[in-house]
Amino acid sequence: MTNLAFYTLSALAIWSGWRVFRVDSMIRATFALMVSFICVGGIALLMSADYIGIATVFMMAVEMTVMGLFMVMFMMNPAGLNPMQMVHQHRFSIGAGIAAFIGLTVAVLATNLPNNPLPAGRDTLHDLGVELLGGSMLIFETAGVTLLATMVGAVVLSSRRGRFGDSDAGAVPPGLQPGGQPAGRKVEKSGGHGGHGGDGSHDMNMNMKGAPKSDDAPHKGHGKMPEEES
Amino acid sequence: MTLTASLVVAAALFGIGLFGALSQKSFVMLMMGLELMLNGTLLAAVGFWAFTLEGAPKGQLLAILVMAVMAVELVIGFALVVAVYRKRQADVVESLGTLKQ
Repeated sequence: MTNLAFYTLSALAIWSGWRVFRVDSMIRATFALMVSFICVGGIALLMSADYIGIATVFMMAVEMTVMGLFMVMFMMNPAGLNPMQMVHQHRFSIGAGIAAFIGLTVAVLATNLPNNPLPAGRDTLHDLGVELLGGSMLIFETAGVTLLATMVGAVVLSSRRGRFGDSDAGAVPPGLQPGGQPAGRKVEKSGGHGGHGGDGSHDMNMNMKGAPKSDDAPHKGHGKMPEEES
Repeated sequence: MTLTASLVVAAALFGIGLFGALSQKSFVMLMMGLELMLNGTLLAAVGFWAFTLEGAPKGQLLAILVMAVMAVELVIGFALVVAVYRKRQADVVESLGTLKQ
């Protein structure tokens, strides 16, 4: 019974993982990835890693919902209605994927793996809880602090402007001569595919180029507002 | 249900994820490939814990770390996608060539 469930879930995980890159609709790809994750969570449950399995299912349900949202925002072809070429270096990628699979499988089959299975009736959930808040608390807390740093980093990276002007104000290289053009290569032109660049894209580019001059006045006005109130 | 079977399944997931991460043009699809690779890693970690450690709870910490890596990758990846799109109106890999020398 357990074997049957394991092999069914494994086959479903691999098949839906494959469907992720084969379906036309990006939303369907997102849900295929979610099915793959849920199957792995189910396999973890079968292996009596209860906490990992349940946490995977919960986390991936939320994560894939967010991913679907970003798909609609950023994909060139969210619904798969018009056929597009969305892959590059196709043959090389297939070769790399197959080589990785075969290499890892050969490594697994050639290794003399240890066999110390889980004893029956061991309360793994209780053990894991004691371990997480006991001996291995530092690892657990390190993961927590890393996630906090990730939140800060995500806000910093995705904010349009900081307190003192544009968020990338310091990221422009200085000029070769005083007052000259910024050093380094020019920013490339836009992405080169249809579907984007309608509303708001052009004046955003203008803002980027004329940042020191034309943006100065609104920034100062914005910054003064608290002083005037006080 | 053996360790070998679970590791082979993990290898298959990893291979599909590598294929996706290398072949997709869009940033979001590329991140889905990375997630699939981490999915395989998670399965391998759980399999090793279940079949080689006699249930020592320390083995599950590796899986928890893999899940933390997943969350970090997703969050920072999406933040980078937003930043790059705002700066260059780019959402495919080909439109970023600044580091290509």
